[in-house]
Amino acid sequence: MNSNTLDYQQKTLLQRLNWQDWLYALILVAGAIFSYSTYAQYMDVYEIGFLFGAAALFSYLGWQWRRLALLVLGVGMISVAAIGLYQGDQARATQVFLLKFLISSQSAIMWMNVLFVLAMATYWLALFKRSEFTGKVATALTWTAVLFGFVGLMVRWYESYLIAPDVGHIPVSNLYEVFVLFCLITAMLYLHYEQRLNTKQLGGFVLVVVNAAVGFILWYTFDRQAHNIQPLVPALQSYWMKIHVPANFVGYGAFSLAAMVASAYLLASRGLLASRLPKLEVLDDLMYKSIAVGFAFFTIATILGAMWAAEAWGGYWSWDPKETWALIVWLNYAAWLHLRMVKGLRGPLLAWWALIGLLVTTFAFLGVNMFLSGLHSYGTL
Amino acid sequence: MRFAVSLLTILGVASVVGTVLKQNEPYENYIVKFGQFWFSLFEKLGLYDVYHSGWFLAILLFLVISTSLCVYRNGPLMIKEWRTFKDHASEKSLNAFSHQATFSMNAGMEATKGELVKFLQAKGFQYKFRPQENGSELIAAKAGTHQRWGYIFTHVAMVVILFGGLLDGNLPFKVQEMLGYKRIETLDIPSSQVPEVSRLGVFNSSFRANMTLPEGSSGNVAFVRVRDGYLVQELPFSIALKDFRMEHYATGQPKSFESDLVIIDPDLKEPITKTISVNHPLTYKGIAIYQSDFQDGGTKLDFKVWNLFTPDNQPRPLAGAIFEEGLLGEGDAALKVEYNDFRKFNIINLSPDGKGKPHNVGPNITYKLRNNKGQAIEYVTYMQPMRIDGKHYFISGMRETVQDDFRYLRIPIDDDASINGFMNFRAIMLDESKYPEIAKKIARNSLEAGKEPAVAKQFEESVIQLLKVFAQGGYTGVAQIIEKNVPEKEREMVAQTYIKMITVAAYEAYNMGLAANKKPLLVSGTETEALIRDSLNSFSDMFFYGSPYFLQLEQFEHKEASGLQLTKSPGQKWVYLGSVLLVLGIFAMMYIRERRIWLLLKPDHQQVLFAMASNRKNLDFEQEFNLYREQLKSLLA
Repeated sequence: MNSNTLDYQQKTLLQRLNWQDWLYALILVAGAIFSYSTYAQYMDVYEIGFLFGAAALFSYLGWQWRRLALLVLGVGMISVAAIGLYQGDQARATQVFLLKFLISSQSAIMWMNVLFVLAMATYWLALFKRSEFTGKVATALTWTAVLFGFVGLMVRWYESYLIAPDVGHIPVSNLYEVFVLFCLITAMLYLHYEQRLNTKQLGGFVLVVVNAAVGFILWYTFDRQAHNIQPLVPALQSYWMKIHVPANFVGYGAFSLAAMVASAYLLASRGLLASRLPKLEVLDDLMYKSIAVGFAFFTIATILGAMWAAEAWGGYWSWDPKETWALIVWLNYAAWLHLRMVKGLRGPLLAWWALIGLLVTTFAFLGVNMFLSGLHSYGTL
Repeated sequence: MRFAVSLLTILGVASVVGTVLKQNEPYENYIVKFGQFWFSLFEKLGLYDVYHSGWFLAILLFLVISTSLCVYRNGPLMIKEWRTFKDHASEKSLNAFSHQATFSMNAGMEATKGELVKFLQAKGFQYKFRPQENGSELIAAKAGTHQRWGYIFTHVAMVVILFGGLLDGNLPFKVQEMLGYKRIETLDIPSSQVPEVSRLGVFNSSFRANMTLPEGSSGNVAFVRVRDGYLVQELPFSIALKDFRMEHYATGQPKSFESDLVIIDPDLKEPITKTISVNHPLTYKGIAIYQSDFQDGGTKLDFKVWNLFTPDNQPRPLAGAIFEEGLLGEGDAALKVEYNDFRKFNIINLSPDGKGKPHNVGPNITYKLRNNKGQAIEYVTYMQPMRIDGKHYFISGMRETVQDDFRYLRIPIDDDASINGFMNFRAIMLDESKYPEIAKKIARNSLEAGKEPAVAKQFEESVIQLLKVFAQGGYTGVAQIIEKNVPEKEREMVAQTYIKMITVAAYEAYNMGLAANKKPLLVSGTETEALIRDSLNSFSDMFFYGSPYFLQLEQFEHKEASGLQLTKSPGQKWVYLGSVLLVLGIFAMMYIRERRIWLLLKPDHQQVLFAMASNRKNLDFEQEFNLYREQLKSLLA
């Protein structure tokens, strides 16, 4: 917001930046240049593009959302510290205290799990007690969980290279890794809206779906040792994975957030917790906004998937169960958006639809891997 | 509109069908799974290739028509909205707006107009002046009307994408098939013998076909799989495979596969040489060649064949190759050997709870033994022993139909890690001439029998009888004898006694085998007990193995074949174009907000009427209206 809201002259983005913003961007670009000069021979032209693109993107996002900039810097510093502690030796993960209990990738992800559970409990406590301070604690816990989660993924990226150079890969390649990514993206989308709408009342709702994912991660780790890093099968050895998978999870995360907000809407519209929750029209608007962003990214992700398929599998569309279910999810939310944007519908029908949409999304995300087979079974249970 | 939503929903539901019912399987699989009635019903509904079935295509066609109509009807309207400033709005209509406010005009006409124009410019609005008859002036402004293009882009994109998809579908073939010009081939015959009616020429504009090339060979046709048959797709060039390579990670999982291809075409000055791998196809003359999978290319095999049911413990050599056939035995009992597949690496998880890491257990060979009535049993035999529960076994699985699970024969290794210990043991257990010797050895070691010669003689007789029964049918044979001759109350006890006798006899027999081959003898202990137990179980299981022949793979000369997929998709560029339009359109529709502002300057009343509207009434609009109202109020004050 402008400092003087009645001053109608809005500053452009560049005019609003201060020296800290420029320093932040400089750090990111310097990091990209360092990576390029060290590893360029292992990257193809697309990956080099993504490297610098990521520096540009996160600079821009950090400028728009200062807390994100702090997160990026925090993740960067801690991950680099972890890498330093490893000293190139995988075995140090169980020997060095800080690695073993805090910042090796598995430890960091476990901390993320714990923090998400605590954060959800704290949000609910804040909701019931109507306590602003408890709400702030909950937000801090959520940010910390996101911090540890990203540290976990970054360190895992490094650890995969420690196993053997040809095993190393970005950690978005199997069901375990993407579940962690899902938690982080959903939480970050929530934190963004929490700040924008200046309301912490929905944290308890959104973190329900994140905690369901945490529960799955814990089961998957302890029962199936899924946290072990596996090398990439040939079909996944591609720069496409770096853009198709994250885009998909922005979609899934946004749809899940919308579903949880819808559940809050339905409770509030029946009078439950209504005095503690934002107004119905605010909830309705938030559902729309997150489904809109989810739909946009999901469309991009599906198209990127088709382009990847055309390079890997002999055709941009094979009616493979995963592809078909992605289409079904897309059609579901296209229908939802038509109802809302064209018919101008509001209210409980759309909330129910968004909530049931979560079932469709979950099936496309997880059910297909569990129950159906096909070209996409990289993430089988 | 409701129709559109319903269509999208119907399409979604219809798409589910093809995910829960496995598509494009050979028809026999469906018949076995569903039974004749449901199989026929599903076939009529086209459920085995649902996404190309008539009714599914009809739904897509409806979608195309409905979307096209929408664009046709609403497109001109959208463009009009995009351009118009709606500057013909009257004061009366503006007063009726839900979002409007009136301010007092404190400066002159020109000054106020100047300030308002600056305001509109700062907010990114375009504007147009329209002086009114009564001396007032209307400034009609708009921003974000590019959103209207979003509508056009997204809906045109759907039509373009579906059009591209249609180009890449197999509609031409379907029509030809319906009219009888083309027919799928179902017999497994050389491609050169496939008749014209099942061939697709080089001018076929779109196809997805497969080609398997053994190393060192070349081909100029590929195969399009259709239902339970295929079509031959002729290529305008030849492809040769110089070498196929597969690399593995240290864990044994596949790391990469690549093929060194040569494209031979009279149009080329010299052949193109290129290495393709997964994610790195080669495109030539509009045909994309992908590394799809791999299989055996005719590996040469050398076996030792054991006849399990003769006391002869000499194996016979057998040479063969994958895709070829051989013969075992003679006359009516002869069995045809069909060598189906050889796999050099088998990554298996052998831990009991399925939770350990999988690892490479070595090569296996899959083959069928077919009798003269045409019935076949499928076998999969592993070349090297596998470690299961801390011990090592030679593993060979068999099954009688494709639907069954494999049942496995587990033969324990001997001290030299070979199969000979078991085979010698087996030979002795089948050799009646050896039974007296075994019986005597047991009698000597048994306390009871040592007492009186008559008891000892009877004891030896019973051992010999038991061994005879066991040699006829293993444990099952013994169980049958017990059921026939022993009263129910005593069966348990008798069975226990028999098992003990057999175990002791087996121990002696095994040692006789070792002695005959000058190997060190077994000594009693838990390991030996386990070995004897496993050997007896294997002996018993032999009777269910389905054939008397155990094929032990000694050596192989590996030849690989690369599985290529060839596709020609003229629709691809349309789909990509449509995709770009779709993404641009979605972002335009959702993130460009169309707003209109009217500012009516009324000098005779010294007032400015401010009205605002948006084609989407939502929270952002409300907040923006409130903000502008406050800002204008302060601006004009």
